[in-house]
Amino acid sequence: MEKMKLLAEWKYEPKKIERGYAGRTLYVNIGDRSFKEKPVTEDMKEKFVGGRGFGLKLLWDAVKDTTKWNDPENELVISGGPLCGITQYPGSGKCYTVFISPLTEQTYDSNAGGYFGPLLKFSGWDALEVQGKSDRDVILFIDGDNYKVEVYESPFEDINAVTITEALHEYFADSEEDKRNISVASTGKGAETTNWGCLNMSFYDLRRKTPRLKQAGRGGGGTVFRDKKLAAIVVRKRGVGPVSNNPADISVLQRTGLKLHKEIRDLDDQQNKMRKVGTPHLNEIMNEYHLLPVRNYKFGQHPEASKIHSKIFEKLFTQGIPDGCWYGCSMACAKAVDGFELKTGPLKGKKVTVDGPEYETCAGLGSNIGIFDPEWIIEANFYADHYGIDTISLGTGLAFVCECYELGFLNKDITNGLELKFGSKDDLMELIHRMGRGDDKFARIVGLGIHKMKKVFAEKYGAPFDVMEKIGMEGQGIEVSEYVPKESVAQWGGYFLTLKGPQHDEAWLIFMDRVNKQLPTFEDKAEALHYFPNFRLWFSLVGLCKLPWNDIEPADNVIKYKGIEAAKVPEHVQNYVDLFNAVTGKNITKEELIVQSERVYNFQRVFQLRLGKGTRRDHNIPLRAIGPVFPEEWEARAEYYDNELKAAGIDSQGLTTEEKIRKLQEYRLSQWEQLVDAVYKRRGWNKNGIPTVETLKRLGIDYPDVVEVVRKHSKPEDNWEE
Amino acid sequence: MIRVNGEEMEWRPGLTVKDILEAKRFVFPMIGVWINDKPVPRDKFEATTVNDGDEVQVIHMISGG
Repeated sequence: MEKMKLLAEWKYEPKKIERGYAGRTLYVNIGDRSFKEKPVTEDMKEKFVGGRGFGLKLLWDAVKDTTKWNDPENELVISGGPLCGITQYPGSGKCYTVFISPLTEQTYDSNAGGYFGPLLKFSGWDALEVQGKSDRDVILFIDGDNYKVEVYESPFEDINAVTITEALHEYFADSEEDKRNISVASTGKGAETTNWGCLNMSFYDLRRKTPRLKQAGRGGGGTVFRDKKLAAIVVRKRGVGPVSNNPADISVLQRTGLKLHKEIRDLDDQQNKMRKVGTPHLNEIMNEYHLLPVRNYKFGQHPEASKIHSKIFEKLFTQGIPDGCWYGCSMACAKAVDGFELKTGPLKGKKVTVDGPEYETCAGLGSNIGIFDPEWIIEANFYADHYGIDTISLGTGLAFVCECYELGFLNKDITNGLELKFGSKDDLMELIHRMGRGDDKFARIVGLGIHKMKKVFAEKYGAPFDVMEKIGMEGQGIEVSEYVPKESVAQWGGYFLTLKGPQHDEAWLIFMDRVNKQLPTFEDKAEALHYFPNFRLWFSLVGLCKLPWNDIEPADNVIKYKGIEAAKVPEHVQNYVDLFNAVTGKNITKEELIVQSERVYNFQRVFQLRLGKGTRRDHNIPLRAIGPVFPEEWEARAEYYDNELKAAGIDSQGLTTEEKIRKLQEYRLSQWEQLVDAVYKRRGWNKNGIPTVETLKRLGIDYPDVVEVVRKHSKPEDNWEE
Repeated sequence: MIRVNGEEMEWRPGLTVKDILEAKRFVFPMIGVWINDKPVPRDKFEATTVNDGDEVQVIHMISGG
């Protein structure tokens, strides 16, 4: 690669990390190429902790109430958090990207593994804030070894992820060994041509001699990245080690880490087999419990699901190579298929390493679009990453397109010759390539996302909007991730009463609610929809991965603890309290851990309100998410659904299937409204889903500008009756 | 008759925890079982029988990917 043209340079002073914090954040305006250092105050640490909390705080200060996703003042804020980069405990390399989303027009946050977050912090920065828009494609380089930030003109004609990442690891490293001191954030052409742009964060795999890609997939962060004409952000920091985070008490980190390493070593093979197969262990589990999305969530089970069984992927994944995406992660779930020969597309014939597929990709780019071919899924996974398109959004979006095609709302004239039925492997792959190239009108419409597709299909092609509203699996503009939620009332909330849309990072309550029967009342469900979203949000504040929390558990967890307590995995919760205190020198309790999250949860809710969203109206749910829409869905589980009507006290004698569906929908919609009320009350929000001023005061986030937003939108009639 | 997660299930002499899990197709590996509020270790599922009238609780320890 030729020497790149330097456009701007800024030098900064070295700064030692103190107890998990660099104590400052880096601001870059990529439009006018200016740079700034901002201090991290004690109040910022206390109220926002780090990671997503810092991202939201910095974004709040940077944007106006009217800022849109493609306005120059929108930012990408990337931050790890105080625990990010420790090497003693598994899953400690996560970073979080916060931005206003092109899909939802409100804030979004998306996390990724890889080395980016830790290397950014050890370069001296708790967060990187990128604002403005460049006039040309650029590469932002944070050189943590020489304490400077540089902007280069991008020399790349092909801005797709694998091309750029490989080249930049090579360019900025002095040797093969040195490549692992570098992480590249990139996306691809598909992030320009769709709203589903993901961010790929790399780490260099010395054994495979290739960079690996981990995705901050959801919400369209990659689309914002390309809108700013960023081709890549590169960070380099050499000499990272076990004490780079300068923790208050290293011995606690070592002791706590060793305990979990031992659990993983002794128990993972009997539990979730994360080290051998990673998250695809869920493929067959979800199928057994009617939760695997099949054909746009119409069904939860399919006879051909055995073809995507984890045993098949276990054989395809390269085994015997440590697969952690940050130092010290013995859970090692980052699976890869090596030497995979691509059969289609611009890299046809090339042998590549494909990261994944994860469960979500197996389901989204597999069963949900009627495809049960592991090799096809791997190929689609590769190209989605390469083009910078989120596999989950793509899978759910394509499933919607396939159903619209089969219902006759679309045809070959509209799709420019593609037959987009469920299972149409060749034509669906071609559609993905067209999205990656951006030269096809129909592919561009698909890339808008389901929320906008519904409007375009209705306006341009006369498709019935009311039917698409029922079957389009999105909420707040975000495609539903890959679990069938329709039989769990609590999971309706886990998906659709969320801050940013139906992603499963807030709460996954299907088994607890529907199978274990642990949440019989609306108040029980509301309590779970308070605790679990807040507990899980905490990972995003500190820089940790969720998986080591409950994808492994102590051998006696289910003996020592009963019911919902066991589901919290109390010993692992204590690990997190201990880790936080050992790094920061603070002394929080497990209850204070939840309050840390609750502050940011409510702050983000107010932020959505400030941007014109964040009310009850925005917590929409499609009918497909709460039950069958068409007779074939009912008939596939007729006995089950007849019993559901009976349990609801509805006499189904003499009713047609269509009438039964309508009755069940009416009943479940009334349940939905009761759930919404119960959850809002538990969260300290008013009837319209707005946090009350009392809630802001209790949490200590009653900053004048935050209170002003709440007061502006709250009405007396939205208060709860005493 | 026994109750499993609140639902009635036919009982027969010699019915084990493992039999119940198989009949219900509860295949998830991280499962906790309590019989009349007493926990059953995972390695004793095959050897533990239930009595007529027992209350069985089967808890899947999963909260998503």
